[in-house]
Amino acid sequence: MRTLIFLFIGILFGITMFKSEAASWFRIYEMFKFESFHMYGIIGSALAIGIIVVQFIQRFKIKSFYGEEIKFYPKEKSFSRYIFGGIIFGLGWALAGACPGPMFTLVGVGFFPITIVIISSIIGTFIYGLFKNKLPH
Amino acid sequence: MNWIFEPWPWYIAGPIIAFIMFLLLMVGKSFGMSANLRTICTICGAGNKANFFKFDWKSQKWNLVVVIGAVIGGYIGSHYLTTEMAVAINPDTIKDLNVLGFMSAGKSYLPDELFDNSSLFKVKSILILSIGGFLVGFGARYAGGCTSGHAISGLSDLQLPSLIAVIGFFIGGLIMIHFLFPLIF
Repeated sequence: MRTLIFLFIGILFGITMFKSEAASWFRIYEMFKFESFHMYGIIGSALAIGIIVVQFIQRFKIKSFYGEEIKFYPKEKSFSRYIFGGIIFGLGWALAGACPGPMFTLVGVGFFPITIVIISSIIGTFIYGLFKNKLPH
Repeated sequence: MNWIFEPWPWYIAGPIIAFIMFLLLMVGKSFGMSANLRTICTICGAGNKANFFKFDWKSQKWNLVVVIGAVIGGYIGSHYLTTEMAVAINPDTIKDLNVLGFMSAGKSYLPDELFDNSSLFKVKSILILSIGGFLVGFGARYAGGCTSGHAISGLSDLQLPSLIAVIGFFIGGLIMIHFLFPLIF
């Protein structure tokens, strides 16, 4: 049953990424050119509602569907890892035109070359894991 | 119901993404897609090479199910809910892209120059896709998250680290598009 819920969430996510064109390389390019409000509208409205939802859950101590406490884990304090990692991610996001969710959606659409992006992003993650201790965090 | 077949506007897509985040919180999980790349490394045996990959990947199985759903969603969205694949981007953006050599701008969903099946035999396309993917994977893990984990989940929880990461995403993206694209294409 829980697996089905996750599958449903994933399907809704995939359809939304495709239909909103957030999975389109062109939309990412256009966003970084500041030539359309579209992507900013998607992220901005998701975020505005997201903030209200999280505040609501925290204020009223809303329990999960299974009656458990909903926990939020504060991310570790640092500057360098977020700015360096962020810049590296941004360079790749603009070049490949896909982030780690939509790249999987595009496989379902039938764009075979996106598998090159997926495989190399797995390799990138692996290389990060190997050199993690040598990087400034 | 015809609007379903049209591209969805931001004020439909944004709230659905927030709803997805809410659903995941309500089943005791959190929204973050790039964590799956680490899980896949672990499944492939990366735990033997680095401690970073030594964890019980079965605890992340739920997120892999979300990924499988995202693939199926892409299939459903494109095969059953779409009549026109072309993305109507800003005409000025189309002109810019034409100058860079992307003649498919405004006519397709992804640039044919990079994502047509014939790209699998073009060295330049393969290089661009592999470098782009590599940076996405490396950067997401270094920053501890991607668009979903930082820009949506982290910022919704008003986390300063996520704000720094998102500023980084934009610095990187702007450098790539405005300074590096004219050199690459």
